[in-house]
Amino acid sequence: MSLIDISGNLLFVAFIAYLVATLLFGGSIKQSNATGKNTDKWGKVAIVVTIIGLLSQLGYFITRWVYSGHAPVSNMFEFTTAFGMFIVGAFVLIYFIYRVTALGLVALPVALLIIAYASMFPSEVSPLVPSLQSYWLTIHVITAALGQSILAISAVAGLIYLLKVVDLKKPSKQRFWLEAVMFFLVVVVGFVVATSVFNMMDYDSTYSYLDKEGKERQIDYNMPPLFGMNEYKAVEEHGMSPLVEMPALINAKKLTTVVWSLLVGSILYLLIRLIARRRISAIFQPFVKRVNLQLVDEIGYRSVIIGFPVFTLGALIFAMIWAQLAWSRFWGWDPKEVWALITWLFYAAFLHLRLSKGWEGEKSAWLALIGFGIILFNLIAVNLILAGLHSYASA
Amino acid sequence: MENIICACGHSNPYGTKLCEKCGRPLTEEGKQTKVVDMRYDGTAIRSKTYNTTFVDKIWNFFSSVKVGIALIIITLVAASIGTILPQAIYVNAPEPSKAEYYEKVYGVLGKLYNNLGLSHLYNTWWFQILVGMLAISIIVASLDRGLPLHKSLKNQRVKRHESFMKRQRIIAEGQVPNADETLDKVEQKMSELKYRVRRDGSALLAERGRFARYGPYINHVGLIIFLTGVMLRLVPGFYVDETIWIREGETRAIPGMDGYFIKNNKFILETHDEKQQGGEASQGVNVMAKNYQTDITLYKQPEGALPGDSDNLEKLRDYSIRVNHPLKENGFALYQMNYRLNELRQMNFNLVNKASEESQGQIEIDLTNPKKEYDLGNGSSVQILVYTPDFDGFENGEPQTKTSIPNNPAFLFRMTTPETPKGEVSFVEIRKPPLEPLGENKYRMKFAGAEMRNSSNFTIRKDSTIPILFVGGVIFMIGVVIGSYWNHRRLWLQVDPDGRVLMAAHVNKNMFSMKKDLDTVTTFAGLPPYKDQLDKPEDDNKSAKPGTKEKEGDSTL
Repeated sequence: MSLIDISGNLLFVAFIAYLVATLLFGGSIKQSNATGKNTDKWGKVAIVVTIIGLLSQLGYFITRWVYSGHAPVSNMFEFTTAFGMFIVGAFVLIYFIYRVTALGLVALPVALLIIAYASMFPSEVSPLVPSLQSYWLTIHVITAALGQSILAISAVAGLIYLLKVVDLKKPSKQRFWLEAVMFFLVVVVGFVVATSVFNMMDYDSTYSYLDKEGKERQIDYNMPPLFGMNEYKAVEEHGMSPLVEMPALINAKKLTTVVWSLLVGSILYLLIRLIARRRISAIFQPFVKRVNLQLVDEIGYRSVIIGFPVFTLGALIFAMIWAQLAWSRFWGWDPKEVWALITWLFYAAFLHLRLSKGWEGEKSAWLALIGFGIILFNLIAVNLILAGLHSYASA
Repeated sequence: MENIICACGHSNPYGTKLCEKCGRPLTEEGKQTKVVDMRYDGTAIRSKTYNTTFVDKIWNFFSSVKVGIALIIITLVAASIGTILPQAIYVNAPEPSKAEYYEKVYGVLGKLYNNLGLSHLYNTWWFQILVGMLAISIIVASLDRGLPLHKSLKNQRVKRHESFMKRQRIIAEGQVPNADETLDKVEQKMSELKYRVRRDGSALLAERGRFARYGPYINHVGLIIFLTGVMLRLVPGFYVDETIWIREGETRAIPGMDGYFIKNNKFILETHDEKQQGGEASQGVNVMAKNYQTDITLYKQPEGALPGDSDNLEKLRDYSIRVNHPLKENGFALYQMNYRLNELRQMNFNLVNKASEESQGQIEIDLTNPKKEYDLGNGSSVQILVYTPDFDGFENGEPQTKTSIPNNPAFLFRMTTPETPKGEVSFVEIRKPPLEPLGENKYRMKFAGAEMRNSSNFTIRKDSTIPILFVGGVIFMIGVVIGSYWNHRRLWLQVDPDGRVLMAAHVNKNMFSMKKDLDTVTTFAGLPPYKDQLDKPEDDNKSAKPGTKEKEGDSTL
């Protein structure tokens, strides 16, 4: 077995471990309703399994690093997988400070979704383009991802806080948006399901089209085309023809992926609602009803405080040093740079609001969720939609 | 404005909220609340005190954290708008036609975006004013609060009044059997916990991590230094940003670097072996570049040479400029930015008789520096009447060139032979049959090969602001780390000789760790259990029981 196969297997083991640990964390919370003592046992097993998963994923990371000769953070698959790993790492760190098991019940599924999302992108080891051939790739990307992961834990805490405090029996804006967050998570599952199913079916259609500058290009669809590219012509078509043609400005292939994900996600969501006969927020609510709100609020704040300096160092300072070396200017207003700055400004505002305006509790929790939304936007949308120097994942 | 005399007799500056000496609340509001606002330790903050003159109003505007946050949010939203469409510098079109590009590619939206100036948003006056206001806000707010806070922290008294202690978030009241023993034990434990302990009669103050309070002010100083560095770029001489295209074999003066010359020896483009990637993955994927490199030689003019004089150049060194590995010299850096492969350098033509295909001789045209006339020596000659390096069609009968780069050279030749002494005119474009505008010719210019070469594009950059930016960045990081990873913890203890105990504690963040310390010292010194005055009754599961199991998290509560 070659190193890269070992690496892939380790990642798989980690994935399974996180899945099992999630269930164990759920069990530990359920058990605590009956007797206090079992909790400790379940909780301990859960964290041990989490750590086994984390070590296994670290094994994936290191073996892949050795195999490819560069830190495995150079494309969408590698970076996002590492991001998932760092989220688990940040959770373990925060867990050992505060020992709140409910965190695991949210942090691990989020990490699982992120890793599943990552594995939908091509996972081949590819060589580095010249601008990435620098040890700053390792330093900058890993520090930035670490900072983002710690910041993500504040969103995890925020979600737990809101699940507990929001009254799900009465209609309210909070109830709506909380369920919207849940729906978004299901849509990610929808993306994973849709991509995997069409992958297994080996779906592939090829079209030629005119891009926004009027040049003729070709594009491969790996999902049945709902939308066609600008003035598309089928080169090799299977199953169905595009239903609607899009103007050149819109990448119809990506739109197709988004709509398929939404479709599958919505069906899944409806199924869950039909089977459980309540909101997804309501399914999770019993698990968090015993959490200490003040403690969860502090965890949220603390993770921002811990993550903010790390993020600043990785995503701004190291980024500027590298940009100065590679592109001759430390700052160029590239979309990824701008969104890193926006993330930074947002968390700066978060801290000032909290310190000076006393935005704690619910407000702070919502801000933490919005912050994580910005981080995800920078990861997904900026790479896939807004083209720029950082769009290493145009696939 | 008059000073405020506290009940303890201390005279406080106007605007003070908590007496500097004993801590008694001095405002009505302070007297009413259960837990006092400890943000700046109750000192007189200028912006909260004066609001009459114009200067006061300006000062108060910029010192307001609310205004600061609003500025952050506005900057954030503005910055995000700049990413909706690509900024003009990233648009793949030559400068004059960028406006056209926006309209052509993005339609009405693009036109609007460009016309509103959003295509160069980060250079607009209003965006820069926004950042400037943010900077002013940082300076004013820091001075407004930082100085009084510093004064107050420096002059802390050990003994505080009951009304101060009882309005802290954490308080404990009760009885102990032996007053002195309790004080000693608390001093011992708190010292072990790395607190600095001061005692004054029956009072005790244990304090740890005071420097953490300075974190925010330090990081604001760092930010201001950074922004100052950014602004210094506008001062001439601090910042050089030039660009140069240089072909293989050429030696040219480096723009912006007086006296320096550079020779392009060779441009190298290496690609990854496509087979290596294997399988379907590489299908349709462009060949991936592995290395962009230009081997150069750097020269310097001798002292006192005239500008541009390239005689007697002194060789400094050879270097291979690669991406991520710029050439550095005397504060300047040269970066590999772009390249052009296979640029035409020279074209060769034979002057041939159309009927016999007999050649009268060959001319070699240096495309960057063509001669006006080529004498073939046998009575024949070729004149270049017009040369367009990058032919782009005719306008009013004149051939036009798009650029000065020989991408698509075209020539208007006059061919003179003994047979045609008056000369024949022919328009020759690469890979096209020649045009004969003045009637049929007997001779033609027959293409006889070309020579190619590569050229490299460098950016020449000198940025003397970098050290300032670096210092600013480092100070910012130090401040942010101090402010984030450390916290200021204080414990006030008052044990009367009769054994009555009053304890209060304050921490600027991370109450969780403070409570751990409190649990330790409470147990050790047998202090009465403390209570958190902010604990809400509804969260009062078992957790609110002071100092018990809270740290173990939710599931055990």
